[in-house]
Order: sequence, then C-alpha cells, then structure tokens
Amino acid sequence: MSPPPSQAGDAPSGADLSATPDARLRPVAAPWLRTPRGTAVSALVLVAVLGVSVVLAIGTGPAVVPPEQTARLLWAALTGGLVPADEVTTYQIVWQVRTPRVLLAVVVGAGLTAAGVAVQALVRNALADPFVLGISSGASVGAVSVLVLGALASLGVYALSAGAFLGAVGASALVYLAANTRAGLTPLRLVLTGIALAYGFQALMSVLVYLAPDGEATGTVLYWTMGSLGAASWSTLPLVAAVVSCGLLLLWRGSRTLDILATGDETAAGLGIDPRRERRVLFVVTATMTGCIVAVSGAIGFVGLIMPHLVRLVVGAAHARVLVIAPLVGAVFMVWADLLARTMVAPRELPLGVITALVGVPVFVLLMRRRGYLFGGG
Amino acid sequence: MSRRPSPPRTGPGSLALDGLSVTVDGARLLRQLTLDVPAGQTVGLVGPNGSGKSTALRCVNRALRPTAGSVLLDGTDLAELTPRQRARTVAAMSQEHVVDLDFSVEETVALGRSPHLPGNRAPGEEDRAICREAMARLGIEHLAHRGVLGLSGGERQRVMAARALAQRTPVLILDEPTNHLDIRHQIALLALLRDTRLTVLVVLHDLNLAAAVCDRIAVLHDGVLVACGPPVEVLTARTARTVFGVAATVVPHPLSGVPQLLYSLEPDDHTTPRSHPCADPVPPQQPSSSSRCS
Repeated sequence: MSPPPSQAGDAPSGADLSATPDARLRPVAAPWLRTPRGTAVSALVLVAVLGVSVVLAIGTGPAVVPPEQTARLLWAALTGGLVPADEVTTYQIVWQVRTPRVLLAVVVGAGLTAAGVAVQALVRNALADPFVLGISSGASVGAVSVLVLGALASLGVYALSAGAFLGAVGASALVYLAANTRAGLTPLRLVLTGIALAYGFQALMSVLVYLAPDGEATGTVLYWTMGSLGAASWSTLPLVAAVVSCGLLLLWRGSRTLDILATGDETAAGLGIDPRRERRVLFVVTATMTGCIVAVSGAIGFVGLIMPHLVRLVVGAAHARVLVIAPLVGAVFMVWADLLARTMVAPRELPLGVITALVGVPVFVLLMRRRGYLFGGG
Repeated sequence: MSRRPSPPRTGPGSLALDGLSVTVDGARLLRQLTLDVPAGQTVGLVGPNGSGKSTALRCVNRALRPTAGSVLLDGTDLAELTPRQRARTVAAMSQEHVVDLDFSVEETVALGRSPHLPGNRAPGEEDRAICREAMARLGIEHLAHRGVLGLSGGERQRVMAARALAQRTPVLILDEPTNHLDIRHQIALLALLRDTRLTVLVVLHDLNLAAAVCDRIAVLHDGVLVACGPPVEVLTARTARTVFGVAATVVPHPLSGVPQLLYSLEPDDHTTPRSHPCADPVPPQQPSSSSRCS
C-alpha cells in the first residue's frame, strides 16, 4: 500500500510551528503599525480624518451647509474675519449651535476612550468601562437631585451639570473609600464595589424619580442614562476640554506604568513601581475625567468599552501607542455617532447611547469571537 | 566538572536577609530568617509547600513588608531605597503569571529596562541590544513579535526570565523559575543562572537540580530555617525524611559529585513508621527560636 498522501503542501513552513499549531500564535498582521513611525503616521491620518469629520458634521443638520462654506465660516470665526450679511444666520447656526456640539463630541469621545483604556488597566478587567466605578449612576443621582429637590439652585443653568459632577465625585469617593483596604485598591475589589454601589445609586435615583411631583425628572433620568450632546455650549466646552486634555496627557505620560500594572502587582514591584500608589493616582485621574464628561453629556455607553479593544486589536497592547491612537478613533466615532443621533429621526433626536449601543454591541460581539484577540484569561 | 566553591566575587551584590519574620493574620509564615547570599553565589531555597520560601522572596522583592527584620544589599536596607532604585539592583521573577494584555514578547522583555528609563522614554539602541541579548540567551528571539498571551506556559516562563535578565541587576531572585519548562529548558535556564555569576536567590522544588546548580542550599520548614550549607551537607536522607516526608537514598553524582536523591515509593523501611514531619526530633542546626545561616 502506498503511504498516506503527503500533507507537505498544507504544512506551515516554519518548523517551530509544528510544536504549537495554534493559529493564535501567528505574528501580528501589520507590524509596521506598531513601530513609532507607524504610530505617528496613523495619528496624522486620524487627525486629518477627524478634521474632515468635524467640518462635515458641522455642515450637516436641518439646514445643510456645504463643506467649503462651513470651512470659510469657521475660518472667519477663528480669525475674526468678516461674514457677509446674508450669511449671518448660517454663521450663527454653524458657530453658536453646531460647532460647540461637534467639538464636545470630539472631547467626550476622546476622553471616554482614554478613560476606558486606563480603567481597564486599573481594574485589570476586559469588561470594564469608565462607568464601572459607579460614576455615571452617581452623576444621575446628582442631576436628579437638582431637578427634584431644587439643590444648587443658585448656580442657575449650570446647576444640573454641577449636580451631576458632584454626584460623580461623591460616588467615586464612596467607591474609593469602600474598596480601599490595608492591601490597597485591589482590582477585583474595585470592580465589585463599583458595581454594588452603582445598584445603590440606581435605587436612590428611582426613589427620587418616584417622589418627583412632575414628569420632568423621568426625562432627566433618560437623559443621564443614555447621554446626549444637546446641552453643548461655548460656556461649558473650554472647562471640559481642559480637564480631558490634562487627563489625556497625564495618562499618556504614565503609559509605561499602565503597561507594568498589567503584569501584576508583584512583577510591578520588581520593576520599580508601587502599584498601590499608581492605582490611586489612576483612580483620581480617570474619575475626574469621567465626572466632567458625564456632567455635560450624561453616561454615553460603549465608547469607553469598545474603542480600547478595537484599537488594541490593530496596534497591540502597548499603552504608549494605544493612548495616542484610541482617543483619536474615539473622537471620530463620537462625531459620527452624534451626527446620526441628531439627523436620523430629525427634527427629533435619538439619545446618543442608542447609537453607540447599536454600533457597539455587534462590533463587540464580533471582536470577542475573533480568534487572535486575547485579553487576560483569553 | 565541579566548579564549586565559586570564588567570592568582589563586585557589589551581596544580599543578606536579617531576622526576617512575617506574620499575616496571626499566622507566622516566616520566623527570624537570617540568610546570607554572598556576591556572585547561587543560593537555593527549598522546602515543602507552605514552608515560607515564596514569602521570603517576596520580602526581598518588597512585594511584602516583613513584620520584623530587614533585607540588606551590600549593607543597605532595601526598605530605604525607592522602588525604582531597588529595581535597578534586584530583579525578580515571581510565580505570578498575570498577563492581562497581549503585549508582544519584545515589549514584555523591554519592560525590564523600565527601571533604567526615565518616565516614558522609549528604550534606546543600547536597551534594545540588552533585550535582544536576553532573548537570545533564553532562546526566544524567534518569538519576539508574538503576543505573550498566545505562548505556552514554558515559553512565557522564558519570556519572564528574559525580562528579569534585561533588568541587568547584580541580584536576581527567582521563584520556581523552572515551572512549566521541559527538562532541557530547565537545565538550560539553571546553567544560564550559574553562568551569569550574579548573586542569585532561587526557590526550587527539584532537589537534584538544586544540588546541581546551587553553591549553598537553605531548607525552610514551617517558616523556620532548618538547615543551610553546601548541598552535600544539607541534602541528606534525613532532611528528605524529616522535612519533606519522603524516603530517599542519597548518592553522589558520578560526574560532578553533587548529592543526588533517589526517591523510593516504598514506605520508609529503616525508620519508625512515618509520622508527620513536625513530630520528628529537632532537625539539624536549628537554634531554639531563631534560625541563622551565614
């Protein structure tokens, strides 16, 4: 009898693969993307995409403004140039209404994505997002308290944002105090405490809504739990942008520390960092960023969960790369998601969280099913 | 063949554990352990499960703060150094296999350079050369661009060893570095450790490998140092019986002369019926409350 047909044609050429035939072990798809040069090029491309997206998004709405006119009006606004009389209304729409909203989308998208990257490293959990630490439900309690109990009335139009921010800070502080023990902030305890307290805040919010005399509170609850950029204005944008920018910079400067934290506490100690101290710093930075974002936009889900994974899939896990690329991707995504939210069923608006979930859930499921993408236990 | 005793090295890197005690929630994991690891020597820590070996290493690594006692490096208390200074003098390979993110092998090894790099600065040409050398010594260059999560346990273990080597410290501490390794790589790794001429404190389970690689062996039992000295003095049938609870015949290695233990699956036939090791008479060299080896 002849020997079995040779399989040589199908066998991998590398001899070392025979010992480990798992396809997960293949080298990365596009190695040059993981070089410093590749990262710089990708970042530049993404900045260009973001710029185009911003101009297109500003021009789109009930009154469509062509991109070249949008660009001209924006240029006039930035340089103090003159606007022809017949374009004043368009200018108002572009500059006063849409520009702050689209820029807020950029800030919120970038901030939530970066915070998501950091929180996933902080609690060492793939399913973590910036809201896992109870921040969003705390913010909702704060916002609803303002409406129902009339707290912070002296702050006028900012009362809602201030209430939400205070709620977020209070929730973070509670989670921190409850999770902090002699052993420091351990990842698992942080997640479990955050989830438990989130349920508590939700219950508290339900009570407030239940006791509310009118239906307005219900609308606010929906607003805070699904998120919207409808409240964007030039008065709040600079503060949020400043906080998020500082947060991005701090996180990026600490990217090697994030790498080391992901290797476990003992190894981290052996590599010269104090994991407890670093986790405390990370907690404060991410909580502040997220609190500010939630105060102006509500809890926009999935961005902080999906974008970090999506970016890691392409550029690898090293935070020095992820923290450059991910915020840009998150910003582009958020600009388009908000555009959909305000144009799909115009003149009404969909909550932003609906769009991010519609896109995010299928992407996430596909991602998790994909071979070759591993996080922790696989 | 025998290279022992290795000549004392004059460079820095002599490690001294001085009266280390660790008590956690009332359990005394380590009692007044005093142990010298002279510069350039390899000292093996052996003992049954739960005897305090890893606890001792974690004190050196400062992953754990001892309840009493200190760890001295060339006379300086490690507790007085910043974590970063410590990481430039002591590299650790722990049993921890936590890897949450799919870093490439190259990136993982490069983390070993982080104690030498300020802030976020990327590894320079020299750092990369050091990492390549470390990977070459562990035979993992071909894995450089693979993700660590996709590696086998043994491959990952070698990546961790390469990272520790890339730290370029005078002192290496390793907690069961041969775990998951096949016999060829176990021997290769231990030979590598010996050849580095670094100060090495290593926890090993395999007593025969420990005898082959260590200048001296310290035996821990229930948190107490019960024996310490050259392998030929420490690895005896009596130690095997009283500390590890196994019957063994000790023979010299035909080539190197180091003691090798041949285990017997039969019940111990030349002693009284086997009892719990604790019930045995006082093991050799054990002072009443503190244990010392220097």
